[in-house]
Amino acid sequence: MTIETLIWLLPLPPLLAFALIVLFTNRWKALSHSIAVGAAFLSWLGSMVVVFRALGIEHFGAEGRVFESSVAWLPLGETSFRIGVLIDPLSAATLFFVAWTVLMIFVYSVGYHNFGQPQGDHDHAGLPPHGATVADEHGHTHKVPSIEPMYARFFAFIGLFAFGMYTLVVSDNLLTLFVGWEIMGLCSYLLIGFWYAKPSARDAAIKAFMTTRVGDVFMLLGVAYLYAMTGTLNFRAIFFNEEVLHRLATTPAVDGFLGLSAAGLIGLLLFIGTIGKSAQWPLHTWLPDAMEGPTPVSAMIHAATMVSAGVYMVIRMFPLLSAGWHEGAALTPPMLAMAVIGSITALFAATIAVAQNDVKRVLAYSTVSQLGYMVAALGIGAYIAAAFHLIMHAFFKALLFLGSGSIIHGMEHGVLHTDDLVDPQNMLNMGGLRRKMPLTFVTFLIGGLALAGFPFVTAGFWSKDEILADAFAHAPLVFVVLAVAAFLTAFYTARQITLTFLGQPRTASAQHAQESKWTMTLPLVVLAVFAVGAGWVGTPWKNLFHEFVGGTLLEHPEALPFSQALVPMVLSILISLSGLAAGWLVYRHYEAGQADPLAKALGVVHTWLKNKWYFDEIYHALFVRPSAWFSETFTYKWMDRGVIDGILHTVARLAFGIGPILRNYFDKPVVNEFIGDGSASVVQWFGRRLRLVQTGQVQFYMMTALVIAIGVLLAVIALP
Amino acid sequence: MGPLQIIFLLAAALVLGAAILVVTTRNLVHAALWLIVALFGVAVLYVLLNASFFAVVQIVIYIGAIAILFIFAVMLTRRIGAKDIGPQNNPNWWLAALLALLMLGGLATIFLSWPAFNTPLPPLSNQVDLIAALGKSLVTTYLLPFELASVLLVAALIGAIFVSWERK
Amino acid sequence: MQTIPLSWYLIFSAALFCIGLFGVLSRKNAVAILMSIELMLNAVNVNLLAFWRYRSPETVAGQAFAIMVFAVAAAEVAVGLALIISVYRRRKTIVADEIDLMKW
Repeated sequence: MTIETLIWLLPLPPLLAFALIVLFTNRWKALSHSIAVGAAFLSWLGSMVVVFRALGIEHFGAEGRVFESSVAWLPLGETSFRIGVLIDPLSAATLFFVAWTVLMIFVYSVGYHNFGQPQGDHDHAGLPPHGATVADEHGHTHKVPSIEPMYARFFAFIGLFAFGMYTLVVSDNLLTLFVGWEIMGLCSYLLIGFWYAKPSARDAAIKAFMTTRVGDVFMLLGVAYLYAMTGTLNFRAIFFNEEVLHRLATTPAVDGFLGLSAAGLIGLLLFIGTIGKSAQWPLHTWLPDAMEGPTPVSAMIHAATMVSAGVYMVIRMFPLLSAGWHEGAALTPPMLAMAVIGSITALFAATIAVAQNDVKRVLAYSTVSQLGYMVAALGIGAYIAAAFHLIMHAFFKALLFLGSGSIIHGMEHGVLHTDDLVDPQNMLNMGGLRRKMPLTFVTFLIGGLALAGFPFVTAGFWSKDEILADAFAHAPLVFVVLAVAAFLTAFYTARQITLTFLGQPRTASAQHAQESKWTMTLPLVVLAVFAVGAGWVGTPWKNLFHEFVGGTLLEHPEALPFSQALVPMVLSILISLSGLAAGWLVYRHYEAGQADPLAKALGVVHTWLKNKWYFDEIYHALFVRPSAWFSETFTYKWMDRGVIDGILHTVARLAFGIGPILRNYFDKPVVNEFIGDGSASVVQWFGRRLRLVQTGQVQFYMMTALVIAIGVLLAVIALP
Repeated sequence: MGPLQIIFLLAAALVLGAAILVVTTRNLVHAALWLIVALFGVAVLYVLLNASFFAVVQIVIYIGAIAILFIFAVMLTRRIGAKDIGPQNNPNWWLAALLALLMLGGLATIFLSWPAFNTPLPPLSNQVDLIAALGKSLVTTYLLPFELASVLLVAALIGAIFVSWERK
Repeated sequence: MQTIPLSWYLIFSAALFCIGLFGVLSRKNAVAILMSIELMLNAVNVNLLAFWRYRSPETVAGQAFAIMVFAVAAAEVAVGLALIISVYRRRKTIVADEIDLMKW
């Protein structure tokens, strides 16, 4: 099997798993999860083969030194539209982390959904499971977590999702990338609304889909415009082609739209897709609500893969977005937009995260903020830094989310055990979990330190440091914003760890929390290894990552010289350590029932942050209420019932009115009487008179005949 | 005015006079007798036309059979005790007379406009035996009409018997 | 010797025909009507033979035709009188105007 065939086959095992589970094995839980995990394993294996082969090739990414294969799919006159697969350095690196995180999350889901536990007392498909009562040998009954009722369905959905992500990563053109993009959008809807009987889950699913759709519409416009300008959507043909890029950069956009070049407009449109998909401000509102889904979903979709797809796409598009730009020149409009929106998002989300109490919400806003980092990095031209941070972030954010799932499971166990009905996700109810859940604690700590950028030993440090270094060198304003965001990141991370693991248990549930099973803790350990070790490929002294991934672009981007990197590195060490220290100090004495110390310090600002800057309320008033009014009142009441039904009713009444009129004034008098009876009576009248000719007397007949004959005779004689 | 012409005129006058009496007399038996007279006159005319065979046939058939038949019919359909009272002609006889006159006039006009109206008598060749020729033609050239005529007579015979058969 | 021109015969036969016609139209008695028909037939015969003699005396077609007329006239009288007798037996009348079963 050639390497290209293997690449074609990578997305298939999860798709097959989806099909098999949906069609056949839905009833058997063990079989379903085995198929799903097996499929994820197969794709992981194939991906590793591909990546290691790619690493072995020198100057991978140069012309001819990529793995590509395409088929002619859509005949278009002389040529055909081709679709296929491409593995260049960027997609090889992406494939690496996607394969690992997907496999880890699949394994984790087995434990998360309580495989092996009994069925719940009154569990209902569509609602989260809430416990089964078991009796031990002494007759004591207590409640334990119960198995998810829709167990197999979950694996089917994440199988489909994995298929979408793999398709996106291996594709060689924007169209199949978009296909994978949309499949993931669909699965995100299905999985956020997995517990469909919960109204909040349903609403969150719709919100996610709608918000990302807004972005997708503009993205599709960008794709169409790009196709119209270049006649192709193949990555190598557009982004690795100097002549095409130059043409796009110098041609003005349609109607000279805002004075942009074609490349600028396309770039902006495509970037709007990323704003939606990667939950950048202003389309960020769906991501926190997406925490309604089960935690593996949050990990996979909203940390490791789907939101990363948005950033992956803009990284892919970087040659187009930066067409006409070179180091030191003014930023192109798309890059400027990305720098601005990315930095705003990074700071904005970080400010909200410090005021959240739900363990998953903090991580959600953290994700939004980190994605902002990546977008801002790309905006200032730090291509490699953005890609590096994407990959590192995927590892430690997935780790953090899975860890939070483990925490929640531990708390739920405590809730069930003690019947102490507190919210297992609220950090204010936790505390002291380091003793109860040591493995979770260690791995979560590693992930948190990576997020905060703890110096040297964490992957997050190296990636974030590279971004800050690039910003420091080229865009000081962006550096300031990102530095403040980094401080806040460290602060809320320390806050989270302190509230959750340190100190004393604040509720009975926290007291009785329990460590999770190996199916949940093994992925945590594996990801923790990556969270620590992966960063070492990207140090400023010997940036292997830079050399490898830099081959994706036509011109290998220049690495920052080490001398320029020193000052920002010192600054980032200071920021991270001070943020962590501040968070620990403020919260280490927090006790149950107290107000949040930050609330006291910030006052009304804290309320503002806690309510997410009221963006949800603004959007509700600006968009949701008017649409609801439009559909309920304008379209339904006025147009449909009023106008359309009104027309129908009027036509009906008209018909009812015309009917009797026609009958009484036309049908009866004219047709029946005049024509029908009338013609009959005319015939009768004539008949009565004409029959008198029939006298029965022969001589009369002869006389008549003769009269006529003589008449004719005379006429013949007289006339000519 | 040659002798033949005088004979013609006398015969014609006889026929026309008898005919008028046929159609006007009250007494039906008289009408039948006047019919016989008219038929005789016509026979004379046939002789004038060198159709001597026809003259004989006229007398034998018409007068000898048909006129006798008429007399029998008159007898058989006479109501016993009924006198021939009342007019024998319809109330509309004047219209009939008018029409007859018009017919005559019309016919005369047509004849007059015919160029060969006054054809003189062409000579007969005395080689041809008229009666023999007629007889021969009836069984050769005109065999079919001859046979048909005989069939017709048989049919008329049977028909007449059948129609007047009294069923008891 | 002066011969009879054709015109005399033609006028004569026309006159006889019209007399017969008058009789047919105006006589009440059915037998009288038949007699008038005989007159008409005779006029026809005279016409035929006159035309034969004056126009084509060498052919026998005219004579043959006249023979046919004779035969038909005889047959017709026979059947007609039989009919009249039959009608008389049924309706006890032979006045033409009273035999009007085909009246409306």
